[in-house]
Amino acid sequence: MSTHASTAQPSYLVDTGARKGLMAWLTTTDHKRIGLLYLYSMITFFFVGVGIGFVMRLVQLTSFQKLITAQTYNALFTVHGVIMIFLFVVPGLPAIFGNFFLPILIGAKDVSFPRLNLASWYFFIAGAILAVLSLFTGGGAPDTGWTFYAPFSLKTGTNVSLAVFAAFVLGFSSMLTGINFITTIHRLRAPGMKWFRMPLFCWALYSTAWIQLLATPIVAITLVLVILERFFGIGIFDPAKGGDPLLYQHLFWIYSHPAVYIMILPAMGAITEILPTFTKRPIFGYKAIAFSSMSIAAVGSLVWAHHMFTSGMSATANMVFSLLTMVVAVPSAIKVFNWVSTLYKGSIDFQPPLLFTLTFIFLFCIGGLTGVMQGALALNIHIHDTYFIVGHFHYVMFGGTGMALFAALLYWFPKMWGKMYSKKAIYASWFPMFIGFNMLYFGMMILGMMGMPRRYYVHLPQFHTMHVVATVGSWLLILGLIMFFGTLLYAIFKGEKAGDNPWGGVTLEWTIPSPPPLENFEEIPTVTHGPYHFEQQEAK
Amino acid sequence: MTEHTAHTADHGEAHAEHPGYGTFIKVWVALLILTGCLVGVSHLGQTAAVWGLLTLTPLKAALVFYYFMHLKYEGPLFKIVVLVTLGTLLIFFALLFSDVAFR
Repeated sequence: MSTHASTAQPSYLVDTGARKGLMAWLTTTDHKRIGLLYLYSMITFFFVGVGIGFVMRLVQLTSFQKLITAQTYNALFTVHGVIMIFLFVVPGLPAIFGNFFLPILIGAKDVSFPRLNLASWYFFIAGAILAVLSLFTGGGAPDTGWTFYAPFSLKTGTNVSLAVFAAFVLGFSSMLTGINFITTIHRLRAPGMKWFRMPLFCWALYSTAWIQLLATPIVAITLVLVILERFFGIGIFDPAKGGDPLLYQHLFWIYSHPAVYIMILPAMGAITEILPTFTKRPIFGYKAIAFSSMSIAAVGSLVWAHHMFTSGMSATANMVFSLLTMVVAVPSAIKVFNWVSTLYKGSIDFQPPLLFTLTFIFLFCIGGLTGVMQGALALNIHIHDTYFIVGHFHYVMFGGTGMALFAALLYWFPKMWGKMYSKKAIYASWFPMFIGFNMLYFGMMILGMMGMPRRYYVHLPQFHTMHVVATVGSWLLILGLIMFFGTLLYAIFKGEKAGDNPWGGVTLEWTIPSPPPLENFEEIPTVTHGPYHFEQQEAK
Repeated sequence: MTEHTAHTADHGEAHAEHPGYGTFIKVWVALLILTGCLVGVSHLGQTAAVWGLLTLTPLKAALVFYYFMHLKYEGPLFKIVVLVTLGTLLIFFALLFSDVAFR
């Protein structure tokens, strides 16, 4: 692969246009800066969501019920879900690392539509502002849960209309980003960058972009119908008017289950980038991983109704969706086997990104396998709407997407800011994070198996011990998160200078300076081989 | 004016031909007739109305896609994209019917 590291151009972090400082950032069309805009805003939302989760755990631990009413608790879990889902994990890796690295990884200077890219961020921020406004206007914070199930969402006096409109606006951000990535991958690959020479993170982004583009409009229209029903009583979902509340659940999950794959596929892509670098060998089963991404995107779009096994849906549909749910586990398992096979006989360099990558694999396997369990109809009836589901979901979304996001941040941090963090401090942050995580969410799964329903304001005495364990776990987890992000924040300002290629990576981003120059490459590179070309290490 | 007028220089190969007004009017009349059929079928009972909607409405949509939205004169890529989209929609319908039809 011939590349030409640029030295003539200034770093993307230097203001070169007419505008300086904050205005230069708010009007930027540079994909790297837009990636950072997403990162800073999402981490802010993430910590707001963490804070709400912390309060909910306190409610379960103590007699905080005296301070927080049941109505407020309902609002807290709704807002926690809305923030974490719509403002953190759904946009998550594609918006941050996809924006920052997709053009670099395929040898391009930017995405296909840079202005549309900035518009996507503004849609994201507008949606976030509307979501915040919904807490303090109208009838107050919505209390429906993040799923906005009808008919309750049609009847409640809280400000559901504005909250679902916020989700509608956020959907535009997602769709526009999807269009941008699809077009960029089709049109802007460097000479010689054939489809099967693309890094697998690009394949993951490509699969995700198609889901964003095809599934998001369905939930957008569904949410508009909720608003219309609330204002005009059109009776599509309201059974009192001949409507079908299960239709709402179908339409909601037709998007929202594939959305789970919007959340996890880019995470899997990032993990697939990290493993070859720290094992110094090509990824095992490149094409299998690429095709499994597309398979997950396709089959994952057909399993939505496994969220509805106890809703009153027909027995035939229950069986069909149970089968399809089992099928989607296959491509996910292919990825896990390939990751583990990549480690086998690799020259392992145990750096912080690899630690978080292995953590991802471990936690994702627990989350994934408990997901397959729930695909089994008989078991699902028992654990439906219990804490088991909450625990499972957090293993997949936080243990999966969250840990992968942390791993990706650690991996690409030296490239993004040109600085290196304290590895010892990151290792130190891992321990409370990992131990706290498992106490919290495995504790929740045990509670669920014992019969503790989700979204309850109070609990029976027999559940209290595990609630204490889970709450102490949440404190450890938050301690780890503060140490983790504190270390990275310190490194941005005071970190030692990182080299252009501190990990010995071989994909295109490691051939350019750190931080990258404004237009990434002095000359567009010509690609002559696959992305994980460790022939020297192989020869050894 | 012939059925299809020749393409102009500022249109790409994908727009090789365009329908004339005659075609548009014929399609419009067909759409009106199909709408009339739908209204008529709706008076025959709910089952007939549902089957009418499921068969005649896609036919109407196809005419609009094909002539008014120029799908007929597009290249194979556009046609494949539309077919894949419709195929996906059909799969969604089939899966939804596995619930609705057996409830």
